[in-house]
Amino acid sequence: MGSLSGPLDDPTRDAGYPADHPGRVGFFTDTSVCIGCKACEVACKEWNALPADGVSDRGAGGDVLGMAGMGYDNTGGLGGSTYRHVAFVEQRVPASRSAPTDLGMPSMDLPGATQSGEHRADATEVRWLMSSDVCKHCTHAACLDVCPTGSLIRTEHGTVLVQSDICNGCGYCIPACPYGVIDQRPGDGRAFKCTMCQDRLGAGMAPACATACPTESIRFGPLDELRAEADARLATLQSHGVTGARLYGRDPDDGVGGDGAFFLLLDEPEVYGLPPDPVVTTRDLPSMWRHAAAAALAVAATVGAAFVGVRR
Amino acid sequence: MAEAHPVGFQWVMEAKRRGATVIHVDPRFTRTSAVADLHVPIRAGTDIAFLGGLIRYVLENDLWFDEYVRAYTNAPMIVREDFRDTEDLDGLFSGYDPETGSYDVHTWQYADADVEASAGFRDEQRAMAQEHERGEIAGSGGAPFTGTPTRDDTLEHPRCVFQLLRRHYARYTPEMVQQVCGIEPDTFLRVARALTDNSNRERTSAFCYAVGWTHHTVGVQYIRAASVLQGLLGNIGRPGGGILALRGHASIQGSTDIPTLYDLLPGYIPMPHAHREQDLASFVVNNAGEKGYWGHMDTYLVSLLKAWFGDAATRGNDFCFDHLPRLDGDHSSFPTVMAQARGEVPGYFVIGENPAVGTANSRQQRRGLANLEWLVVRDLNMIETATFWQDGPEIATGEMVTEDIGTEVFFLPAANHTEKDGTFTNTQRLLQWHHKAVEPPGDCRSDLWFYYELGKRLKARVASSTDPRDRPLQDLTWDYPVEVGPTGIAEPSADAVLREINGRHADGTPLSSYTEMRADGSTSGGCWIYTGVYADGVNQSARRRPGREQDLLAHEWGWAWPANRRVLYNRASADPDGKPWSERKKLVWWDGERWTGDDVPDFPATTAPGHVPESQTAGAASIAGNEPFVMQGDGRAWLYAPAGLLDGPMPAHYEPQESPVPNALYPAQGANPARQQFPSPENTYNPSGEHFPYVFTTFRVTEHHTAGGMSRWTPRLNELFPEMFLEVSPELAAERGLRNNDWGHVVTARSAIEGRIVVTDRATPLRVGDGNGGTRVIHQIGVPWHWGPNGLSTGDAANELLSVALDPNVHIMETKAATCDIRPGRRPRGPALVRYLADRRRAAGLEE
Repeated sequence: MGSLSGPLDDPTRDAGYPADHPGRVGFFTDTSVCIGCKACEVACKEWNALPADGVSDRGAGGDVLGMAGMGYDNTGGLGGSTYRHVAFVEQRVPASRSAPTDLGMPSMDLPGATQSGEHRADATEVRWLMSSDVCKHCTHAACLDVCPTGSLIRTEHGTVLVQSDICNGCGYCIPACPYGVIDQRPGDGRAFKCTMCQDRLGAGMAPACATACPTESIRFGPLDELRAEADARLATLQSHGVTGARLYGRDPDDGVGGDGAFFLLLDEPEVYGLPPDPVVTTRDLPSMWRHAAAAALAVAATVGAAFVGVRR
Repeated sequence: MAEAHPVGFQWVMEAKRRGATVIHVDPRFTRTSAVADLHVPIRAGTDIAFLGGLIRYVLENDLWFDEYVRAYTNAPMIVREDFRDTEDLDGLFSGYDPETGSYDVHTWQYADADVEASAGFRDEQRAMAQEHERGEIAGSGGAPFTGTPTRDDTLEHPRCVFQLLRRHYARYTPEMVQQVCGIEPDTFLRVARALTDNSNRERTSAFCYAVGWTHHTVGVQYIRAASVLQGLLGNIGRPGGGILALRGHASIQGSTDIPTLYDLLPGYIPMPHAHREQDLASFVVNNAGEKGYWGHMDTYLVSLLKAWFGDAATRGNDFCFDHLPRLDGDHSSFPTVMAQARGEVPGYFVIGENPAVGTANSRQQRRGLANLEWLVVRDLNMIETATFWQDGPEIATGEMVTEDIGTEVFFLPAANHTEKDGTFTNTQRLLQWHHKAVEPPGDCRSDLWFYYELGKRLKARVASSTDPRDRPLQDLTWDYPVEVGPTGIAEPSADAVLREINGRHADGTPLSSYTEMRADGSTSGGCWIYTGVYADGVNQSARRRPGREQDLLAHEWGWAWPANRRVLYNRASADPDGKPWSERKKLVWWDGERWTGDDVPDFPATTAPGHVPESQTAGAASIAGNEPFVMQGDGRAWLYAPAGLLDGPMPAHYEPQESPVPNALYPAQGANPARQQFPSPENTYNPSGEHFPYVFTTFRVTEHHTAGGMSRWTPRLNELFPEMFLEVSPELAAERGLRNNDWGHVVTARSAIEGRIVVTDRATPLRVGDGNGGTRVIHQIGVPWHWGPNGLSTGDAANELLSVALDPNVHIMETKAATCDIRPGRRPRGPALVRYLADRRRAAGLEE
């Protein structure tokens, strides 16, 4: 087992693979071109044969299948049977256009015309952000570190994979994930999450979601190339005045050592339901063990000292 | 476009990445709006006022592409002296007959030229029908045309098209746009500037539209308004320009080219009428143009007859022209369904449609279905059209009783697109072959198998008949090779059908171009515009060379009709002398000897720019070297339509059939005066006023497909959008007491439907003129039309709400703008629904 936190160039090598292992691959999800079509969600479920939530082939069964009350997002979040989730974020933001010009039309804005059902007078406009979330395939993956059965592994491609035939459903990985990604599947009990289509990677294919994405919002490839691409895209957007644009999970110095699946966002991560400063939950494990060991030694020494006293 | 065409929308995103400005004009804020540079909310049904405002902006600010307009459009043409505009006649054009609600279109023509038919038919009624038929020809070209119209190339003559346009649109000011559409002038001007800044020698702009433009009682005129604007701006026939129709299904373009329409033959040749064209020669004389490619209609039609009737078609029997059915009236969809309800139609095939929930006023559709002798439904799933007799809404309300419905229903399971070979023709006229990936399960069969087997059985039944009416069936060629698949199904070869469509020489070798077709019976071909798809004996539609290995036009991906040409009228990308307007926007040009360039030239290859034809009546040979619009009789783009349309030569703003406000531009007119209406107790129209105070517009979401026949049985789509919903603004929610995710229901004179309320800031109330000098707020409700009672995800059908009122040119219904009321809670059920609707109609004064 390798290191638990801090910058790490090659998590695959760190996990014990030989030096000639395949390069690390990942996702770069550019939310600025996401159109919210959910093709990634459907392609993922089709390829990985994941069940549709709340729907069986025999019928919806009364009120099982219902709107989530969240507009166009009826998925809600990632889970044991959902490895891709498109978030829809509706915002009111300050209007970008110039203030309406008063053309002196006597028929407009009559005194007293404002009432219930009035059109909006405030200078705001609607922004609808869309973003396809997925397992981050962290450089330091706490889920993997805490797995007692060895079901969660680092693959030869540098991704994080649950081997469901070994998983015993203990659930330790679930609170360990700083992003809340991995989850047990109801009725099954074992933990599931994005595999980055491990079976496709082995055959030299791109993951199903990236293949289905019509606007190349989901980009798949060697992680170092994706990072360079993302830096260039960010610079372009910023030069066009998109000041809110930022990369999330790209930085190898962050709390998880950088993500294997990182994002270009147009607003704060919290807006998309992402933690602003994720830290691998096992980061403090070595110092915890050191503290525990020190405490144990202290206890042992004290007890030992007591016995020494008795002999006297 | 991002909602309904997400795959095609990748190119919009690509253009945006390269710096294009994307503007989205829509009553609703959709996924397209989310990624557009600007979303312009508009009152549903007012687009002609908006586009007319843009036309006026171009004309009043000298922003048209002057050389292009003078040389390539009909701006200089002089119109007849007795033409009167809407400005003269209180919102009507000259020729209106209030008795029939239709126009005599003769006064709209050019002076000194005859753009209508030949002189043979003077009977008024026939002349009207003929005009109608000619409107259909314009689906591929222009109305036929004879003579040489008078021009004023200075564009100053008061009756020249340019001056008529200027006068017609003079009142379409930004302030008028605000009054009618609810668009603030600064927003309008932002759009106008973006459009005109990007339309010149160096730059082009494109319009994309879908049924949001066509599903109106003035639908055709919406597209005409865009055509006028693009003509003025020089954006037709040039790369990056155009008006792009996004079709509603995967191959709707294909089903217009090889039509499922009652009044067309393949390739936009009109269907002959009873008692008019008695023989082939007179049909051709009456319908073919004298100039341009329509001048060769005889070769297309004879080749079609040879494809259908083979050796039986000879010069001696007019190539079996008499075997073709004859039209004796309007047999379009809605009149046919109304005739069903009257018991006048015995049988009905419903293939790949679901009219019981998918067609406007679906109750009226079900009434028709219930009055048939037999009904064949072929579909992937047990759709509502196949089960209306068992559990339809009228069974629930007690208005129909299963035992009383005499219709014998045959449900035949169909193979889907992954289970059969064939082509899709997309909006770009691109034919793309798809290969069967898996065998169809169980009894599912392709449509090709069904029709082939049905034809074989019908032919067998009449094989020994001596009745002359059976001759067409007996003479029909029906000998396609079959391919037996691994599950033992003998599928007719789709490849062989495509070969037949492409056409052959007498020796069986494939035609490579429709110019090879002959009228002497030596060639055959099932659809002249598709000729070339099997050129060189190769299925050109199956080519899949990736775009990254080709230039931008990617001629080796699939095959586009006609002649694998990717941009129509591309001669217009060069100036009259044959030089590109600019290096940046070059496409085809004259190299001194012939037309050449990056696309297949849409022009006779060796007709020099300076060529002046000696004859005006020699088909393609009569095209002048500076007339790029080769399918038009005068070779020009029409800013004014002297023929071919039934409701006006220039688009004028008319309100929808149901509107909450008067027509601010033409107060004496409300809706399109030439629209088709069908008032009846089951098709009552909402009056304007307090009882139906809101506007609703139907729409699609990405997660579902049309009326749900393909998507409501697909679990992984249903979980993404599991229920029928109604989209409202927070302001309307406050006004009507609606709460997010609670039930609400929408009411019209026809029906009431329920759904989950989605309250969203994306829905914007608009402030428009109220017709009395004041203003009022218009709330617009979004109603998706994917749901029905069957399937895994169920809900009420939006089409229950709609009335039937049609565009007069193409008989399309108005689904995108109508009035309604909305209330919290579920709608009444069972017989209570009937009483509830009757009460609502009484309150609105529609019933005693």
